Amino acid sequence: MKKFLRRKSTIAFAMALPLILIIVLLVLYPALYSIHMATLNKSMEHFVGLENFAFLFTRETFWMVVRQSVVFAVSAVVFKALIGFCVAHFVHNIPVKGQRKWRGMLLVPWVIPPAMSTLVWLWLFDPSYSAFNWTFEHIGMAPVNWLGSPNWARFAVILVNVWVGAPFFMIMYLAALKSVPEQLYEAAAIDGANWWQKLWYITLPMMRNIIAITVLFSLIVTFANFDIVRVLTSGGPVDQTHVFATWAFKVGIEGSDLPLGAAVSLFMFPILAVAAIFILRDISRRGTET
Amino acid sequence: MVTRKFTRRRFLKTTAAASAAVGLTSYVRTSHAAGKLELGFWDHWVPGANDVLTKLCNEWAAKEKVEIKIDYIPSQGQKNLLTIAAEAQAKAGHDMLALPTWWPADKAKDLEPVDDVMKVLFANNGAVSPLIEYLGRVEGRWIAIPATPGSQIKGPCGRIDLLKQHAGLDVSKMYPAGAAPDNALSESWTWDAFLAAAEKCHKAGVPFGIGLGQTADSVDSMGALFGSFGAELIDAKGNITVKSDAVKQVLEYMKKLVPVLPPDVFAWDDASNNKWLISGKGALIMNPPSAWAVAKRDNPKVAEQLWTFPAPRGPKGRFQPYLPYFWGIWKFSQNKAAAKSLMHHISERSAVEKMVAASQGYDIPAFAKLNDFKTWADEGPPKGTLYHYPPKPGQILSIAGFPAPPKIAAQIYTQAIMTKLVAKCTQGGESIDKAIGWAASELQGFMRV
Repeated sequence: MKKFLRRKSTIAFAMALPLILIIVLLVLYPALYSIHMATLNKSMEHFVGLENFAFLFTRETFWMVVRQSVVFAVSAVVFKALIGFCVAHFVHNIPVKGQRKWRGMLLVPWVIPPAMSTLVWLWLFDPSYSAFNWTFEHIGMAPVNWLGSPNWARFAVILVNVWVGAPFFMIMYLAALKSVPEQLYEAAAIDGANWWQKLWYITLPMMRNIIAITVLFSLIVTFANFDIVRVLTSGGPVDQTHVFATWAFKVGIEGSDLPLGAAVSLFMFPILAVAAIFILRDISRRGTET
Repeated sequence: MVTRKFTRRRFLKTTAAASAAVGLTSYVRTSHAAGKLELGFWDHWVPGANDVLTKLCNEWAAKEKVEIKIDYIPSQGQKNLLTIAAEAQAKAGHDMLALPTWWPADKAKDLEPVDDVMKVLFANNGAVSPLIEYLGRVEGRWIAIPATPGSQIKGPCGRIDLLKQHAGLDVSKMYPAGAAPDNALSESWTWDAFLAAAEKCHKAGVPFGIGLGQTADSVDSMGALFGSFGAELIDAKGNITVKSDAVKQVLEYMKKLVPVLPPDVFAWDDASNNKWLISGKGALIMNPPSAWAVAKRDNPKVAEQLWTFPAPRGPKGRFQPYLPYFWGIWKFSQNKAAAKSLMHHISERSAVEKMVAASQGYDIPAFAKLNDFKTWADEGPPKGTLYHYPPKPGQILSIAGFPAPPKIAAQIYTQAIMTKLVAKCTQGGESIDKAIGWAASELQGFMRV
């Protein structure tokens, strides 16, 4: 027994046990419970297997939510990555002395709780009192129905998500940029490489893993986004900005159909799992390259 | 756990008058009615309204020696719905909880029947509208009692000056303070008259602000309109009846009304219409007097011109959008008898009168004998602005989704099928038939059990 307790693996397990317990309690149990819930009928009285999923597949609104979630997540992540990449380069080129101030300022949108910052955006887009429209009117432009027109409403929720999330990409890419050895650029310059060639053949390959990880992480977070859509549009007009999480809340909590709400939110899982498998496989393959 | 007993003797003493008449004591059987009571009430938006309810509960608790703990749960962010869902799942939490409109029926199997309490309340406070029975009585048993705090009617609240000036509509003459409505004028207050007035006000640059979003105010307005045209989406037996002439008639009507409303009404939430009126941009909204109450503080000049009056009449009658709250006792409560005693205490006329006064007249009691408090006659400026806010004979209290079975109607309400239907065939440019076809498919999906 003494020997068993002295084993490195036993000590390691004991030290990891609190974390394992937390994961079991806060991640595994809720996940299994929501899977269980998704297999119950509306009144949660009997097991219906995959009927809730089959039912969802027959609903026009559900497929609209699937399309919107994909458009929302993919476009937001692409813009966040592009903006983050560009801004990271700008910040990287600022002299070290003033860089910290810029980094701090640029991180502000990311550190403010999104529900709060989205409220400010709501006032900017407000149907009747939009600050943007007030400005437009003063420069002779027609007001925009920001949240009342489906396309503008989609644009608005994506824009706010990009605003909130781009600093995360920026800081990650900045860290990656700082880890690229300067000698590589010097060698490339000696070989006569222009800025594009340096970017394409040095910067991007050196940042590839961090780009993949941030994209995956952001994709998961953006797919599961709730607060921005909830505060800004509540899924409207006519459900045309709903994403999985807001639709699940609408159906599950407001509509008191917890099993269907659970089924909607679980639908995200296979989509994200497929994305995660591909991205992580790519990272791991490159990690083993010699 | 508190050990003081809420004894049968004490309970008998405190409720003697009412119980002697109608047998209230029948639900105090044992000394289990003792100890502690946890209460989850709706967090009232009117400053001070919670304090009055707390005071009433404390008075009762001191008299009955019951320890109480009150949580005021806001409806912002649907915190109250989350609490109800969580407590129903966990079978633990408050003993007594404020339940919004559709939730008594939804949680019926988890709620303690309160027929005995209702029997006393009927005897003391009079009858309730059929809508209250539809929402609070399941399979012949009352499973919650109507609560005063939060219960509201969402009739029109209009600008006396603008309606008179631009639409030739004298609303304070049509529904005068302290007196019965002017027969001729109120009879001519129909949805057609509403449309004509809306067109004139739009032309004058002060459009009516009727929300067509997916939150309660928008849904309630449309519910009353659909109801007054006899446009049912699903009938009482659960048959889909959306493909009807009445529904088409409403949609044709809305095709005329929408162009004279602000273009962004499809994005409105429950605050948008208030802001519209308070800022002076519009001549009329459909809302409880919260907009007026806020205007008193933020824009007194506008408040002085506001008048609350009943909704227009349609072919099937004058349907008033009504959104009642309930109080229910969970079956898992350990102190049901005490909870029932408290229900009785805070539903007494004197208690209700205090709550109505504290809410500045916003709260509407469900019982017929409790709609004559002086608060509604006295509140102002302008004095009597709320006189016609509580329901009067001849009005039909309605809710979107009625008369479908409550669990289905709740889906119609929550998913805002009526406002979406209107949006589809106005903003969305779809034909009425196509929009109705979409609605039929959505309604089919609500039949799940």
